[in-house]
Amino acid sequence: MKPVAVFDDALRVINIGLEFFAEDLRAQEVDVIHLDWRPPTGGDQRLASILADLDDDA
Amino acid sequence: MPIKTEICPSLYQDSVVLMRIASEIRSRPGIHEAAAFMGTPSNHALLEEVGLGTEESLKAGPNDVILTVKSETEAAAEAALAAARASLSARRSTAAADSEVSPRTLDSALRAMPDTNLAAISVPGAYAKFEAMRALRRNLNVFLFSDNVSVEDEIELKQEALSRGLLCMGPDCGTAYLNGKGLGFFNVVPRGRVGCVAASGTGLQALASYVAALGEGISHGIGVGGRDLSAELGGAMTVFALEALAADPATEAVVLVSKPPHREVMARIEATLAKIGKPTVVCCLGAPANLGGHALWVRSLDQAAQAIVAFLRDRQWAPRTFSDPVAARARFNRMRQHGPETGPGILGLYTGGTLAHEARLLLEPLVGRVAFNGHRCEGKEPHRIIDLGDDAYTVGRPHPMIAPETRSEFIRDAGRSAEVGVLLLDLVLGRGAHRNPARPLADAVRDAGAAAESAGRRQIAIASVVGTATDPQGLDRQVAQLVDAGVLVFPSNAEAARFAAMVVNPELAKRLLEDDTR
Repeated sequence: MKPVAVFDDALRVINIGLEFFAEDLRAQEVDVIHLDWRPPTGGDQRLASILADLDDDA
Repeated sequence: MPIKTEICPSLYQDSVVLMRIASEIRSRPGIHEAAAFMGTPSNHALLEEVGLGTEESLKAGPNDVILTVKSETEAAAEAALAAARASLSARRSTAAADSEVSPRTLDSALRAMPDTNLAAISVPGAYAKFEAMRALRRNLNVFLFSDNVSVEDEIELKQEALSRGLLCMGPDCGTAYLNGKGLGFFNVVPRGRVGCVAASGTGLQALASYVAALGEGISHGIGVGGRDLSAELGGAMTVFALEALAADPATEAVVLVSKPPHREVMARIEATLAKIGKPTVVCCLGAPANLGGHALWVRSLDQAAQAIVAFLRDRQWAPRTFSDPVAARARFNRMRQHGPETGPGILGLYTGGTLAHEARLLLEPLVGRVAFNGHRCEGKEPHRIIDLGDDAYTVGRPHPMIAPETRSEFIRDAGRSAEVGVLLLDLVLGRGAHRNPARPLADAVRDAGAAAESAGRRQIAIASVVGTATDPQGLDRQVAQLVDAGVLVFPSNAEAARFAAMVVNPELAKRLLEDDTR
């Protein structure tokens, strides 16, 4: 059985989305970077979906 | 009443930030309704649906913020919009000041912190798979709070994760604990010896809180999302998580909290449970109790906590209907002595879906069919449970754990109903939840009680609180406010549900108050 590596290490997190998740991690002294995230493709969801497929093939 | 709209172009804010701003301006004098949304197609449709769409709002694109108020006067609207703009500006200048430490892309964030081991993702569902897959491909474990991710996408994400030996917690994962740190909406519990795999929402929160109340702690709480044990997903992430806890030296006992596995998946789960080699308890709400085998199967979350702690301490354990049957009997007798009988129906108003589900499963054998959410059963069932966190009730509104107003409305309505004799409630504390949720709940219960009383009726409110002394809200302080409003507070949701059954059907008391196994 393969142990999960993250169990052994300190948690180091990149937070993408709701900012208060990052705040709560910081309050627990977890190293966290909050991404200044915007919807890719200017919010066009159809384009985002195409982009995701392209990324898959990369 | 006039509606005034303003658009803040090219400004992205997350949905919780926007809902908080909307909440603040809604509470201003003269404001009847307020909304703050990004101008996505689904948000435009939502604004139309709630009657707040305007010609002006339609001009907003997906990267623009729409601020809309419905107010008595022009002046009130202007003031409210100015306040909202100020809140948004304040956030923008803070962000600009922090821009050195707020990278815009995952890869630039990884350059800043190359030993990152987890991405916590809570973007809107349409973008969730894209972000999660990118994170997994950079060998990051993923905590995926986002919902509205398709089954096909979930399958792909989990396959990618498993091929790299990574956790993909979710989609639709509200809570997790890793190495004693909480993710998402979580209760502050000690780090300890109990490892948990959960579908995960309030099930994991409740288990962690009950375990903490018994003096133990959580090593890791791994959320796998609500669909993992379905036929399509096959339970692979659950198996991976159980195996990880089995191999983890810090975990001495294991709990699985979930819905019942699909029958095709059950064999795989049982085979995994057989190999854990540590005391294991399973709480699959809705599965028949399956005592024996390699794990102990229990019927409720509080039993799961009690049983796992008993295992850790090498003590015997047997299920009980009430943890303190003497106190429950005293409460029951006191309640029967004071005042008229209650109306016939139980109305459960829940913020936690797992807790709502658990209550329903416990009530039905005792009181008969219990309607769930908006669904109608045949005939006119007196009993109903509503999960106010369900999608049907959260369109355009924050989750009731963050914003208690929706439930307060339902409670006040119930006070005017002769049919509702018992209100059955949960209260979920912890990080991410409302700062003082007991207060609006207590106020609503008081108002409902007063309405019932003035009509010569009796209505009883029964509740349990998922929380700990170390939660920001403080368990004792929350319980005290409820007790002050006349709410009967029980140590677990299961006990609260059983007591509710006894109130509407007093003949159950003889059976339930005897300290026997049920």
